[in-house]
Amino acid sequence: MTSKRYAMVVDTRLCVACKACVLACKAENDVPEGYCRDWLVEEVRGRFPDLRAENRSERCNHCTNAPCVGVCPTGASHIAEGGVVLVTAAKCTGCKACMAACPYDARYVTPDGYVDKCTFCLHRVQRGEEPACVAVCPTHTLHFGDLDDRESGVSRLLTERDFKVNHPESGAEPNVFFLT
Amino acid sequence: MDLTRRQFIAIGGSSAASAALGSGLTTRFWGADPDPVHDPRTDGDQVIPTFCEMCFWKCGVLAHVKDGRVTKLVGNPAHPLSRGRLCPRGTGGTGLLYDPDRLKKPMIRRGERGEEHFEEVSWDTALDYIAGKMTALKEAHGPEALAFFNHGYGASFFKTLIGAYGSSSIGAPSYAQCRGSRDVAFQLTFGAPVGSPEYLDIENTRVLTLIGSHLGENMHNTQVQDLARMIDRGGEIIVVDPRFSTAAGKARYWLPIKPGTDIALLLAWAHVIVRDGLYDHAFVESSTVGFEELRAHLADKTPEWAWARTSIAPERIVETAHFMAGARPASLVHPGRHTAWTGEDTQRGRAIAILNALLGTWGRAGGFFLPAKMKVPGYPVPDAPKPSRHAPDTPKGAVFPFMDEGLAHGLRDASIPGTAEFDIKGWFVYGTNLIQSLPEQKKTIEAIQHLDFLVAIDVLPSEITGWADVVLPESTFLERWDDLAITPWREPFVAVRQEVVPPMYDSRPGWWIAKELANRLGLEAFFPWESAEAMVRHRLEAGKIDVAAMLATGVAGGRRAVVTVEEGATPAFGTPSGKVELYSQQMADAGLPPLPVYTEPEAPSADEFHLLFGRTPTHTFGRTTNNRFLSEIYDENELWVNARIAREQGWKAGDRVVLVSQDGGRCAPIRVKPTERIRPDCVYMVHGYGHTSRELNFAKGRGADDSQLVTRVKVDPVMGGTGMNVNFVRVERA
Repeated sequence: MTSKRYAMVVDTRLCVACKACVLACKAENDVPEGYCRDWLVEEVRGRFPDLRAENRSERCNHCTNAPCVGVCPTGASHIAEGGVVLVTAAKCTGCKACMAACPYDARYVTPDGYVDKCTFCLHRVQRGEEPACVAVCPTHTLHFGDLDDRESGVSRLLTERDFKVNHPESGAEPNVFFLT
Repeated sequence: MDLTRRQFIAIGGSSAASAALGSGLTTRFWGADPDPVHDPRTDGDQVIPTFCEMCFWKCGVLAHVKDGRVTKLVGNPAHPLSRGRLCPRGTGGTGLLYDPDRLKKPMIRRGERGEEHFEEVSWDTALDYIAGKMTALKEAHGPEALAFFNHGYGASFFKTLIGAYGSSSIGAPSYAQCRGSRDVAFQLTFGAPVGSPEYLDIENTRVLTLIGSHLGENMHNTQVQDLARMIDRGGEIIVVDPRFSTAAGKARYWLPIKPGTDIALLLAWAHVIVRDGLYDHAFVESSTVGFEELRAHLADKTPEWAWARTSIAPERIVETAHFMAGARPASLVHPGRHTAWTGEDTQRGRAIAILNALLGTWGRAGGFFLPAKMKVPGYPVPDAPKPSRHAPDTPKGAVFPFMDEGLAHGLRDASIPGTAEFDIKGWFVYGTNLIQSLPEQKKTIEAIQHLDFLVAIDVLPSEITGWADVVLPESTFLERWDDLAITPWREPFVAVRQEVVPPMYDSRPGWWIAKELANRLGLEAFFPWESAEAMVRHRLEAGKIDVAAMLATGVAGGRRAVVTVEEGATPAFGTPSGKVELYSQQMADAGLPPLPVYTEPEAPSADEFHLLFGRTPTHTFGRTTNNRFLSEIYDENELWVNARIAREQGWKAGDRVVLVSQDGGRCAPIRVKPTERIRPDCVYMVHGYGHTSRELNFAKGRGADDSQLVTRVKVDPVMGGTGMNVNFVRVERA
């Protein structure tokens, strides 16, 4: 079996912060009311009238050194196919150790008492589909693919373009990249 | 052997698993069975294509239906307007379908008007009642005294009904309160419509100028898709806006203009482009009339002249003029959409059109494309009777020479007795909340007091349904068939709206309501088909379109046509001269300025702000603010105030304030959002909040309604539109 390293590349230049990604995720994953697995950061810097803006669609970074997996006492948080970090609801006691460990505040406790978060829509990816947020995005801001495949769209984007990650200092090696 | 931490965990895990297996202690909790990937199972058993009605754009949607319930809505890849993708509103269409506050039963008013006291009745009772009122109104006042106000695609059946009944008193706020001035300006200049969706080839534009358009917050799916493609291909943006819009955040130039002075900037840009010889000489020579008059008119409209009016520095005006001209003809000055700003709006639209003519963008790649349209025969119906009186939608004696659709506010005004050629006595309101969609709210409420009857047909309750005498619950777009959508486009296409799930509650599709009323009024000849589905199937067959394939994909056609000069298309200008009219003889003949003239706008006093309003990508006017799904994203509007002003005034983020217009109009309390993103002399809020209807259990009381502050308008003398950004507000602590 060839290895895979799934990643998301977010082109901040294209994003208009419409939040279709947030709603498409909620609909696809039947996320309970009041919770979301992805969100928008709309950052504006400067003083009127010299301003700069950046819109970032953010979510779990599916880190290569995922701190949440290391701290999980029950093995509920684990690394699945392609490096995707998942939580098995049946194994989760809702202790929130993972939430404390996550540098990105990507996790929440569902009303049913277990921890949940973005799955990169692995159930769709396994069927050959894109994650729901990627599929809906009107501006093609979001790209998903395999970084171990040098020919993939995400690999090419990270070769050709400048990018950054959130909280590089955490050492978690996040797999969500922001093109600048 | 070197082990990474991850490998170590993996090995540790597997030995623990072997131990568990060996001891026979496997449980679901500690077991060795690999963790299954959870599938939320929201894919439908059926996937039914239709088109969206969450706004007016009409994107193609694939509805996933599982166990009779719509689980999700996704973009239809076959549909040229969605190309497989949807905006948040389209994605949130299920929030409308399953809104617990929906209108569920026909209702007849039992209290005083506006008290929202209704009795639920049967459809027969409601329809008989309306037919009786319509018959009586026709006998007493003539059919033209019935006005029809509408918004949205389902209105077509009611337009047929009202026309058959004998009235042409038809108005949509989308004209005089929104895009009308722009449409008229382009018609006068190019002799062609800009379209809706607009015929803009933004994906190939190299420099896009947005003036009074906040595309991106205006979440017009296809156009935003094109905008992103353009940016990805290295296209640049110039934004003119008192507010640092989302688009301004992507622009090379942001010009925070003083509100109401756009014409001065547009004329100064044209001045520089003509003065410096940057215009498309060949196009101007071959395809326009009036260039010398324009040149003379522009002579004194220097950047310095504009500076004093717009607050934009002259060197910026020169620089941006050169920048946009350097990219022509792929240099599009966006015509905008909502353009009912100052009452000078057709002149402003003309200035935009003239600038586009100088840049030679008409019919060019990256400019305005020349759309193609598929032909599908209509269902044969009799001609409507010719009304003996024209709609009384202008005040007595007033003439708007280039008005080409009805004025919704004019029909309202004509309901106040004695103000128009004759009085409007009844209202039929479909899909538009006139309390929020018309300016001068007090006038709307006064007009309602004089009516013989008011019928409101809608999906959700709103302020206007609360004022109605009869309320009819329509099925949502996901529960009904409608007429075909035949859209002129780069890829001309026909799209079908079909029932995705059966109507909920006691709601009925619009076509059924119109047909049943027609039957009661002796107008059944105008609805000769069994159902909208039968009508659609008949039309498709007559148009030689494969019905089964069409219903399976939702779309017919959709192949790229020849739509630009580069591809071999030839523009035709439907003006009297057959050319682009820089100087408009038509306007001169009508006694109007033949070239756009700048007039100084009124200025707010020291303690007043310009009131600006606009859109969020998550909502369509006030029509979606009760949608609980969409409101998880944005549930209450805020008042944008310049950060320095907020500091000086002591207004902190989240403080609640009330705005008071110069005429004493007040809005509900709204939270302050101090931001660097707005001029110090302006405040801004998203339109569509501050609902007061008791029946909107989620939206009522959330945020403020800007339309309560639009207490005065300036009327556009060209086409009768209502300039609404002429209101100034004071800010009081709530």
